[in-house]
Amino acid sequence: MGFTININGTPRSVDVDGDTPLLWVLRDVLGMTGTKFGCGQALCGACTVHLDGSAIRSCITAIDSIGDSKVTTIEAIGATSAGELIQKAWLDREVAQCGYCQSGQIMSATALLATNPHPTDADIDDAMSGNICRCGTYVRIREAIKVAAQTRVKEG
Amino acid sequence: MIFDRTTSHSSDTRLSRRGFLVSAAMTGGSLVIGLTLPVEEGSAAGAEGFVPNAFIRIGHDSEVVLTMPYVEMGQGTYTSIPMLIAEELEVDLKQVRLEHAPPNEKLYVNPLLGVQATGNSNAIRGAWKPLREAGAAARLMLIEAAATRWGLEAKSCHAEAGEVIHGPSGRRLSYGALVADAARLQLPTNVVLKSPAEFKLIGTPAKRLDAAGKVNGSVVYGIDARPTGVKIATLAQSPVFGGRVKSVDDSAAKLLNGVRQIVRLDDAVAVVADHMGAAKKGLEALRIEWDEGANAALATEDVARELEQAILRAGPVAQNIGDAGQAMANAVTRIAANYHVPFLAHAAMEPMNCTVHVRGGECEIWLGTQAIARVQALAAKAAGLPIEKVIVHNHLIGGGFGRRLEADGAVRAVQIARQIDGPVKVVWTREEDIQHDMYRPYWVDRIEAGLDEAGRPVAWTNRFAGSSVIARYLPPAFNNGLDPDTTEGAIDLVYALPNLHVEYVRVEPPGIPTAFWRSVGPSHNVFVTESFIDELAAAAKQDPVAYRRALLHHNPRAKAVLDLAAEKAGWGATLPKGWGRGIALQNVFGSLLAQVAEVEITRDGSVRVHRVVCAMDCGTVVNPDTVQAQLQSGVMFGVTAALYGEITLKNGRVQQANFDNYQVLRINEAPAVEVHLVKSAEPPGGMGEAGTSGIVPAIANAVFAATGKRLRKMPIDPHSLKA
Ligand code: FES
Ligand code: FES
Repeated sequence: MGFTININGTPRSVDVDGDTPLLWVLRDVLGMTGTKFGCGQALCGACTVHLDGSAIRSCITAIDSIGDSKVTTIEAIGATSAGELIQKAWLDREVAQCGYCQSGQIMSATALLATNPHPTDADIDDAMSGNICRCGTYVRIREAIKVAAQTRVKEG
Repeated sequence: MIFDRTTSHSSDTRLSRRGFLVSAAMTGGSLVIGLTLPVEEGSAAGAEGFVPNAFIRIGHDSEVVLTMPYVEMGQGTYTSIPMLIAEELEVDLKQVRLEHAPPNEKLYVNPLLGVQATGNSNAIRGAWKPLREAGAAARLMLIEAAATRWGLEAKSCHAEAGEVIHGPSGRRLSYGALVADAARLQLPTNVVLKSPAEFKLIGTPAKRLDAAGKVNGSVVYGIDARPTGVKIATLAQSPVFGGRVKSVDDSAAKLLNGVRQIVRLDDAVAVVADHMGAAKKGLEALRIEWDEGANAALATEDVARELEQAILRAGPVAQNIGDAGQAMANAVTRIAANYHVPFLAHAAMEPMNCTVHVRGGECEIWLGTQAIARVQALAAKAAGLPIEKVIVHNHLIGGGFGRRLEADGAVRAVQIARQIDGPVKVVWTREEDIQHDMYRPYWVDRIEAGLDEAGRPVAWTNRFAGSSVIARYLPPAFNNGLDPDTTEGAIDLVYALPNLHVEYVRVEPPGIPTAFWRSVGPSHNVFVTESFIDELAAAAKQDPVAYRRALLHHNPRAKAVLDLAAEKAGWGATLPKGWGRGIALQNVFGSLLAQVAEVEITRDGSVRVHRVVCAMDCGTVVNPDTVQAQLQSGVMFGVTAALYGEITLKNGRVQQANFDNYQVLRINEAPAVEVHLVKSAEPPGGMGEAGTSGIVPAIANAVFAATGKRLRKMPIDPHSLKA
C-alpha cells in the first residue's frame, strides 16, 4: 500500500504494508540509517525519532498510524535549536563511545530539552530511562543535558 | 591499498635488527615506515622475523596516514593511537589520519598465532613503544634529509609542527617536501624516545576524533551497509544448540508483501525480503519443526552440577608458590567456600549482522569486526572459495565486548547469501542475538584459605572449572591444560601470599558455545578472589581495607590505589541504615585498580548502587579523558552483570530473549562514578575491561557490609536479601 509521510520537512512516498514499523521504512526503504535498530520491542530506545516533537519508538510505530504528523530524525535534529544545543553538549562532554545508541539518546534528550528548559535529575531519569546504552555513557549523558540546559540559559 | 604498494617496493625494504621497526620504503613519493604491532598479547615479542602489520605513510602533502590492525569499538583507540605517533613525529594531532587495516594473510596475521584481532585491552599496550619509535625514526630521517639538502649537520636542526627548522638561519621545510629524500635514507638504529617530562600531547585530554559522526547519525556501522540492490534477511536458528531443521512450511510466509525468498539451511531458516519489517513478518509466518538433537533436555543446573563434580578432581597446576598443603595443615583457622558465576550474553547495542554478496567465484562482505582476518578465513571456507576471493569491508562497531572477535555471524550470512542472487544483509533480531550468542563461560570455584593466629592468610588454594575460550579460539596458546586468559586474576594476586596453589580444570559445557566477554578471565577470577579475601577479613574480624593493606608491603603501587580509593570514598564514615560500602583491588590487564562501591539494599531486597569511586594506576596516561570514560563504561557493564546478568538454559534453550528479561542498567539506576588517577611513569596498562571485573566483588562486599550476607553466586538474588 502507498503512504506519503512528512520526514524532516519533505514528503516521502513508500509502498509497504500499513503495519510496517516506521523504523524499517526509514532504514531499509528510504536508506536513512541514522535511526538505529536495537530491540524491536520498545525496550531500548535506539530507534527513537520525533513525531510532532515528541519522542517515540519507531520500531513499534506502524506507518499507517502517522498520517499528517511530522517525523523528525537524527539526520535533521541539528536544525532545531534544542537539537543543536544537545549535539554540541554531546561533543563537549565526549559522550559517545561506540556511539550506536547515541542517535536515540540525542532524540530523547532533545525532546526533553525542547519542553523542559531546566530538567532536574528526576526529569532526566524519566525522559532517558527508556534509552539503553550498553557502553554505559550515562554519567556523561546526564552532564551533557545539563550543559545544554545551561548554555541555553546563557544564550537567553 | 597501501600495503600492496609497499610490498611491491620490497627491494627498498630494509630490516632493522632491533625493536619493532621493520622497514622504510618509498612508495609513490611517500615515506612509508612499516612496523610490527602485537595483535595478541605478548605475541610480537616472540615472533621470529617480524612481518610488518602497520604502516605509517607521510605523503608530499605532509599528511600522516596510519594503517593499523586495531578497530575502534568505543574505547577511544582511534584517538589515543595517533597521539603516540604525533608526539614523537612532532606533528599536530589533526594531521594524523587512521585507516582500517584490510585483512591480509601475509601482512596482518601474526605469524605465531594466526590472529588479527582487537581484544584483551591490548591496543594501547601493544602500540605504546612501536608507534613512538616509528614516529621518532621518521622524524630523524626527515631532519637528516633537510640537513643534507641545506649542507648542515642534522643536530643543528629540529622538528616542530610538521616542519624541519634550522633555528639560526630560520630556514624551514615541510615534511611533505622532504619525504622523497627521507625515504632513501637508512632506518635509524638507535632511536631515543622522549622522557615523560618532554611529552606535549601524551597525558593531555585530546578530543575524540570519531565523535562528530556519532551525534548526527552519519557514522556507518556494519548494519548500515547498503550495497546497491541489497535485500534484508532475518533468521531463526535451532532453538536448541546443535539441533536441525526437520521441516518448514513456508506457504503463508511466501504470500506476504515484500517477502522474496525463504532459505533453508541445515540448522536455520532465513526469510529474505525488501525490508526488515517484511522479513520479520515472514519469519513469524513460518512453521518450522526442529529435530532438537542431543541437548534437548539440557538445563543450567546440569552444567553447574558437572562443574561441581569437576572441582573434586585435580587439574593442571596454574600456579604454585611455597607449600600450600603443609601450610593449610598447620593453619589455626581454615575457611572454604564455593563460588559460581553464570553464563553471560554480550548484548551489544548493534545486533549481530553481516552483509554478503556471493557472485561468480567471489564473495564481498560488509560488517564490523574485531577480527577481520578470522572473518575472511572462515567466510572463505563457508563460501568454498580461496581466501583471496573474499573481500571484507570493516566498519565501526556498535559494541564489541568480545562478541565481534567471533566469525560465526559472517559464516552464517555467507551460508544464506550463497543461495541468493545479489547482496543480502542478514540482521539478527534481538531475540536471536541473545539466544544465539556465544557466552561468557559458567565457572565454579572451590577456594580455601588457612589463617594464622593473627588472621593472616598463610595458605591459599583455589581450584576452578569451566570452559577455556582460548583453547578453541587460539589453540597454540592453550598449553598443558592451561591458558593465560582463563587464569588471569587467579594466579597473580596483588597480595603477599606465601603459600598459594591454583588449579584449573577445563570442562566444556555441552550445548552452549562460549566466547570472550569484556574482561574475560578476570570477570570471573577477580569476583572470586576479591570476595574471598573479604571473607578472610571478616573471619579475622578486621576492616576489609586494613586487612588488604597489611598484605601489600611488597607492592607500593597497589597500596597507593587502595589508599586513594579508600580516602576518596570516605571509607569508614557512617552510612544510612541499609547501606554498605565494599572494596575490591586488582592488578589485571597491566593496570592497578581499587574500587569502592556504595550500595543500598531496599526492603524488597533489590540492590541500588549509588556511588562508585575508582582509583587507578594504569601507568602513563595517554588520554586521561578516555581513561575516565572507559572506567565509567566498565563500571556500568559490571553493575549490569552483578545486578542482572544471567543466561540460563532450560530444555536446551536460552530462556532470556530481549532487554525485558536480559536487563541492562538504565540511567535511572546508574551510579555516580568518580575516577582518580595515580601519576605513574610506567608503560600504559589496559583499561577497557578493568572497570568491569573489579566492580562486581566491590558490590558483593558492600552487600555483605550492609546485610552480613555473603554473595557467592552471581547475579545478586534479591529474594535472598529481603528484609
Ligand atoms: S529498537 Fe525500538 S526501542 Fe529498541
Ligand atoms: S555508546 Fe555504545 S551503546 Fe551507547
